[in-house]
Amino acid sequence: MQDRSKLLILLFIAVVFAGLFIGVGLNADNYQYFLSRRVPKVVAMILAGIAIGQSALAFQTITNNRILTPSIMGFDALYIFTQTLVVVLFGGLSSYVLNDYLNFSISVAVMLAFSMLLFSFYFNSNKQNLMVLLLLGVILGQLFGSISSFLTMLMDPNDFATLQQSLFASFNNIKVELVYLCAPLLFVISALLFRLNRVLDVFWLDKDNATSLGIDVKKVTMQVLVLSACLIAISTALVGPILFFGLLVTNLAREMLRSYQHRVLLFGVSLLSVSSLLAGQWVVENIFGFSTTLSVVINFIGGIYFLSMLLRNKIV
Amino acid sequence: MIKLEKLTKFFGHSVVVNKASVEFEKGEVTSIIGPNGAGKSTLLSMASRLISKDEGQVFIDCKEIAEWDSKELAKRLAVLRQANSITMRFTVREMIAFGRFPYSQGKLTQQDQTIINQAIEYLDLVAIQDKYLDELSGGQRQLAFIAMVIAQDTDYVFLDEPLNNLDIKHSLQIMRNIGRLAREMNKAVVVVIHDINFASCYSNKIIALKKGQVVAQGEVNDVIQAHVLESIYETPFHIIELNGKRMCTYY
Repeated sequence: MQDRSKLLILLFIAVVFAGLFIGVGLNADNYQYFLSRRVPKVVAMILAGIAIGQSALAFQTITNNRILTPSIMGFDALYIFTQTLVVVLFGGLSSYVLNDYLNFSISVAVMLAFSMLLFSFYFNSNKQNLMVLLLLGVILGQLFGSISSFLTMLMDPNDFATLQQSLFASFNNIKVELVYLCAPLLFVISALLFRLNRVLDVFWLDKDNATSLGIDVKKVTMQVLVLSACLIAISTALVGPILFFGLLVTNLAREMLRSYQHRVLLFGVSLLSVSSLLAGQWVVENIFGFSTTLSVVINFIGGIYFLSMLLRNKIV
Repeated sequence: MIKLEKLTKFFGHSVVVNKASVEFEKGEVTSIIGPNGAGKSTLLSMASRLISKDEGQVFIDCKEIAEWDSKELAKRLAVLRQANSITMRFTVREMIAFGRFPYSQGKLTQQDQTIINQAIEYLDLVAIQDKYLDELSGGQRQLAFIAMVIAQDTDYVFLDEPLNNLDIKHSLQIMRNIGRLAREMNKAVVVVIHDINFASCYSNKIIALKKGQVVAQGEVNDVIQAHVLESIYETPFHIIELNGKRMCTYY
């Protein structure tokens, strides 16, 4: 099958499930209320899908690795840490927690600042070894995770209840205002990433060959890392952390599509992650009847897939 | 012409390349020889901007390497390292097409296709152009990489150990083609090479490095001499002349 028809099938699946989410049970009496609830939810899933898929793919290309995703750099843990810290410092009822714009701005700003710090540390050192950067991310992620769990132990139970809402990936308490704020932001960032698509193709060759072909490897790596950080910040702030999802969709996209071109892969991975988020969430709601959450399902499937990659020696 | 002046590189406190001054001319094959750890690859990497230099200067067509725009330089100078780890499945043709990146930034024109075809024909890769790289033998893969460099169409070509892990037939094929690149296309080809006999038979000039210093350079017959090689490799050498070419035995 051609890549083009595979992409069309994915688009079709995404549209069908989006239609199911929005359309089922709609009638002339309830449509205003239902649409105002359902449309932001679907849009949030689409935005998060695109952000996670594209950031993971670009990140894997520049690190030359099939199992790394930005969440390994500690971004998820940092998000949890930020939320916990805000609740501890200002209390569960402060505007920093309850005001969506404010909370979103804080999360994004902290994540960007963290990535800048990490990257500048890396790019200013003499020996640039990407693995060191990643290891640093993993360790800092552990550190953030441990501090967060320590702080939640000390926390007032009421505060913890407010905190918990933002810590788990959830599509049922989407913040409507945030969705419409993120949409144009995401559009700009993925357009910037897409502009790099042909340069990213050259990254399939190794760094020396890319340099020989006139690419400023350091500059492009920096650009992609910053763009990925923005994307991850957006998706985490929007729907919470989804650990294995990026790994799952990038690898499935690479197995599904024959092309090496990021022009195709970026679209493919976005469509794949959007359609699987929509389909997965639909299954969770309508078949499991909310008895589980999507992130549990994703981490379950993603974990199994990760192990099977290990066993099949697919990890380059 | 490429001119290296007092090029120096430190790794920590130890000097890996020490004030190396050499020149590479168009139309010639220059081989860089020397024992392991002599700084051959480091020298080549500095001269082709893959790693930064600590002291000294590199002039490419009379312009210092730091003043070159990376994109423009990619149209003048191509470099191929020994370990080429590729994490994606490409066909031979798709990979060779990357050689046109400096000119078309990935949007191949008709002219690019013509040049890619020429590179494929030049190295006799027509039959395998649609095969995937992981289906090829080491020698064929190396030829495909060299074809990419040819498609890049640069005046200067740097190859770091192009014969690494190749059998005699493929080594010969690659060295002959390297000679043709210099002769027929008037390129300056610089190879880092371990096999002294290949260096002696297929190059115009030889540069010998030892402990980071240029210890001998010049025409083949100036460098391929028993006492010169003995001091470089600390091994007894015996030189024989066959059909006007010098060969070394050191067994």
